[in-house]
Amino acid sequence: MTAFFSYLVNGLAVGCGFALLASGLVTIHRVTGVVNFAQATFAVLAGLCTGSLLSMGVPHGVAELAGVVLAVAAGLLTGLAALGKPGTTPQSALIVTLGIGILAYALEIAIWGDQPTSFGGLRGALTVGGVRIQWQYVLVIAVTAVVFGGLGAFFTRTDLGKALTACASDPYAARLLGIGVLRMSLLAFALGGGLGGIAGVLLTPLQPISFDSDVALIVNGFAAAILGGLNRPGPALAGGLLLGVAEALVAGYGNASYQTEIALVLMLTIMIWRAARTPAVHEEAAS
Amino acid sequence: MIEVREVVVRYGSATALDQVSLTVGAGELVALIGPNGAGKSTLVNTLAGLLKPASGSVAIGGRAAYVPEGRHLFGELTVEDNLRLGAWRSSDRDPSWIYGMQPALAELRGRKAGTLSGGQQQMVAVARALMARPDVLVIDELSLGLAPIVVAELAAELQAVHREQGLALLLIEQNARLAFDLCDRAYVLEAGRNVTEGPCAELAKSPAVARAYLGGPIRESSP
Repeated sequence: MTAFFSYLVNGLAVGCGFALLASGLVTIHRVTGVVNFAQATFAVLAGLCTGSLLSMGVPHGVAELAGVVLAVAAGLLTGLAALGKPGTTPQSALIVTLGIGILAYALEIAIWGDQPTSFGGLRGALTVGGVRIQWQYVLVIAVTAVVFGGLGAFFTRTDLGKALTACASDPYAARLLGIGVLRMSLLAFALGGGLGGIAGVLLTPLQPISFDSDVALIVNGFAAAILGGLNRPGPALAGGLLLGVAEALVAGYGNASYQTEIALVLMLTIMIWRAARTPAVHEEAAS
Repeated sequence: MIEVREVVVRYGSATALDQVSLTVGAGELVALIGPNGAGKSTLVNTLAGLLKPASGSVAIGGRAAYVPEGRHLFGELTVEDNLRLGAWRSSDRDPSWIYGMQPALAELRGRKAGTLSGGQQQMVAVARALMARPDVLVIDELSLGLAPIVVAELAAELQAVHREQGLALLLIEQNARLAFDLCDRAYVLEAGRNVTEGPCAELAKSPAVARAYLGGPIRESSP
């Protein structure tokens, strides 16, 4: 039973990381309609950057913040590259983000090399009912709760959040009202970069990362985000947690090498289920 | 308020607007009528700055707001959110004054705009544009797809805002009868060109206009 709780907490923490990654995907897709395949790159960049800074003696807190700021900048640049040219369709922008993810490999290997790295997170653990929970796990779960609460309030309570939603809902009407659609899209990419960065600096102490960790991260993040149709943060959080716990239980009781397959199966199941609920005829009529 | 001078707009090699001119003075009610494909919506997008004219000039004095054809509400946002975004450029986004003017909107404030009927949506679209507190309102196809009674209500409301706040109006319509009823002056646009213009009362008597847009010579007792 103790082992079960230990797997559960571990899974929840990792699931929170997936959910944070998914939240960035959702933020960008909700506003711009672009599926950002460079999303996990932001997490990897932030993790690698934070690791270097810590090894150079920069204190915790500052190093993590710098990592997240780098991810914000990377998000902004990705947005500019993907949507800076007026009239770019979300489909073309998707290909651009895929290219940026690959380009980032070259940059990351040149700066940080190709070996996995990690750094220590919060030290120590607390014991609840005989189960040891590392403080880093508690931190990940707490930050995720704050981020999702903040994101929900931002989109539903603030005019800026609603203007972001409006850009996705009807860009033409948004422009008629004087809402700068490109500026809003870049803001979404910067926000998405920051969310990816937060995921990166929180996850790296749990799982060492290297330049190509983005593949496993994006698969998990996408699987979590697709639960809410890539548009809703709430289901993305649920999806991330579900995935994290399922993977931890499979790794604990079975074979850890099946973790990514679980994400893929979940993603396919949800996509088939969603496709079955939305008849193709409607899609054609709407386009 | 609005001064359009010999504007030419092209989509690639196709000319959508060919030397179109039009003016709307402060507090004036002006109609632009013309069939489908005459270039009416192109003119709206040019006024809004979304299309750049190849030649000619567009000058807008004061604040302009737009009600686009097809309403273009933000379907998954509430009526209140739609209204607040109408005042996006201003710091005062409180829609209370609109609710005071149209109590029906206050009842719909929490509903998602996408779930409303066509008439309700058009009411929200007009109110959203009014939220910008414009000096001139440009409405593209106010009456399209709406029941006559709903159109009459909307028209009465626009007249009230015109009377009380001196709002100028450029009403772009296929429904010439409505346009002539509501406005003082009208332009007729066909195939991207100005065909004729003048006071509505005179245009309505012109046999050519009556035949093309009013389904025969206009009767004195229009509904």
